[in-house]
Amino acid sequence: MTARVDTQTPAQASSQTTASTTEKTVAAAQAPRRSLSWIIPTLYIVFLMLPIYWLVNMSFKTNTEITGTFSLWPQDPTLRNYIVIFTDPAWYSGYINSILYVVMNTVISVAVALPAAYAFSRYRFLGDKHMFFWLLTNRMAPPAVFALPFFQLYSAFGLIDTHIAVALAHCLFNVPLAVWILEGFMSGVPKEIDETAYIDGYSFPRFFAKIFVPLIASGIGVAAFFCFMFSWVELLIARTLTTTAAKPIAATMTRTVSASGMDWGVLAAAGVLTIIPGALVIYFVRNYIAKGFALGRV
Amino acid sequence: MLELRDVFRMAGGEYHIHPTNLALQKGTLNVLLGPTLSGKTSLMRLMAGLDRPTSGTIHFDGVDVTGVRVQDRSVAMVYQQFINYPAMTVYENIASPMRIKGADSATIDREVRKAADLLRLTPYLDRTPLNLSGGQQQRTALARAIVKNASLVLLDEPLANLDYKLREELREELPKIFAASGAIFVYATTEPSEALLLGGNTATLSEGRITQFAPTIDVYRRPVDLITAETFADPPLNTFALTKANGHFVLEGEPVLSVPAHLAGIPDGPCTVAFQPHHLALKAQTPVAAPVTVRTAISEIAGSESFVHVEFADTRWVMLAPGIHDIEPDAQITVYVDTRHLMAFAPDGRAIAGPAAA
Repeated sequence: MTARVDTQTPAQASSQTTASTTEKTVAAAQAPRRSLSWIIPTLYIVFLMLPIYWLVNMSFKTNTEITGTFSLWPQDPTLRNYIVIFTDPAWYSGYINSILYVVMNTVISVAVALPAAYAFSRYRFLGDKHMFFWLLTNRMAPPAVFALPFFQLYSAFGLIDTHIAVALAHCLFNVPLAVWILEGFMSGVPKEIDETAYIDGYSFPRFFAKIFVPLIASGIGVAAFFCFMFSWVELLIARTLTTTAAKPIAATMTRTVSASGMDWGVLAAAGVLTIIPGALVIYFVRNYIAKGFALGRV
Repeated sequence: MLELRDVFRMAGGEYHIHPTNLALQKGTLNVLLGPTLSGKTSLMRLMAGLDRPTSGTIHFDGVDVTGVRVQDRSVAMVYQQFINYPAMTVYENIASPMRIKGADSATIDREVRKAADLLRLTPYLDRTPLNLSGGQQQRTALARAIVKNASLVLLDEPLANLDYKLREELREELPKIFAASGAIFVYATTEPSEALLLGGNTATLSEGRITQFAPTIDVYRRPVDLITAETFADPPLNTFALTKANGHFVLEGEPVLSVPAHLAGIPDGPCTVAFQPHHLALKAQTPVAAPVTVRTAISEIAGSESFVHVEFADTRWVMLAPGIHDIEPDAQITVYVDTRHLMAFAPDGRAIAGPAAA
């Protein structure tokens, strides 16, 4: 043993020296290139962040400064725009309405999608593949197509201008998405786990709640995130189905032209506040987003 | 006693399991031996109640349990893959069947610790299964099967994904662990040597059909047909198609072997003669060894023994020779068949005579 180690040592040592010299040469050759390699990502981030920075910048300016001068940062920083939003019910109720129907929609979508995804992932039935694909095609039609029939139907049932109306309408494209994402995550769980649980004596509901849901918790998180996001940014259907009581923030933002002209600063502050919930939710599922975009199939 | 009465299962117009009658006694170890896709897992799933037979009934202690939900049966099963509940600790994994039964926590704690001790999992009880090695994960699954204290324990190639050393260790312990419980113990494997090491009874499977069910050593010594003999041979069984005439086995008019005493009773005519690879040798070790001239193909050295592949009249044979033999390919050599262990099969595969030396 020792003899072998001894004979290896010089060989290893020499190979290490070679390795380190090679590294040096490579480093030397790459040196000028490496010093420039930050440019492209930096440019990319600058272009990406510029509009967002400008929005934040504007939200701290007065209307006079926004319309009058060009300044890279607020010359006369003010919180007035934010105060307006947090004190004027016309503004903050928009946020409350949006959050209400978005949360309702997320809960409904995930609750409905869980059993559906389980069925698609575990059972073979007549037309299962066609149905699974058909679900996704619901996402392919533009929401405008559904605006008119939805308006008629919801009027008939007296649901116009309620939160549940928007929440249900958004299920049209969120349920298929959640089913697809959850199915991907569920299919990653071996069927033998289900069977082992049944053999251990778990009933189906108990198995589902105690064993299966914890296994796909990240999938549920990602599905909820996507539902939240799509419902949060959707404007057309939300605006069509509401008038005042459940008016979403995005709709409020499009109706800010007053007698005194456009209130640019308040609008910018509203924009900033609209970005925040999405950014917060993204933070929680940041490790699973890529898998979510691949519909759980990585 | 577990009885399968005329049970078969069809899927997509094909038999997964051919009509089967099988009775497994309490407190016995039963090996299901067969190659991949021979229906071992399908048969186990029928026994467990995970799948329903297309037709036929399954009785447990005389009670028909064919339609009974798996939750209501006294069954434990361990898969080839390491199946545990990843979100629970090892302790909770092992405790899970008892928790469902509603045992009190003192009993659960006692049983879990006993099983963990038996399978040397005590230091890992607070970890989650995915932080364990494969062997520990499988031991967790086995511990869960133990605490369930089921009357039917199904192990579907439980050691196939483990490394050699662990496999040997667990293979030795498993029958002991479950023997105490008096359960019916069913063990599926693809390896004939594993069946022999476990002992008990063996059912050999081929293409969804049980070809023989008897005490393991009997199946090995006296297979009822050629398929069973082939299933129970690793490396593969050596065969030659010969014709028996006037006290000789003849191939194309040339006498190859004189018929040994234990095969003298079989009728003249075509038959298949077979023998295990270790009954072929490079040197005549017994007076009854018959010389056969063969052409060498390749030799593989597996440590203390060598697999020498030879060709006899277009049939490939394997010789398991002790020691290291590096034999020139494409040479004519003489090898010796131990004729005491010859098995003879009729052209339809039925065994007509087994080896004399038991």
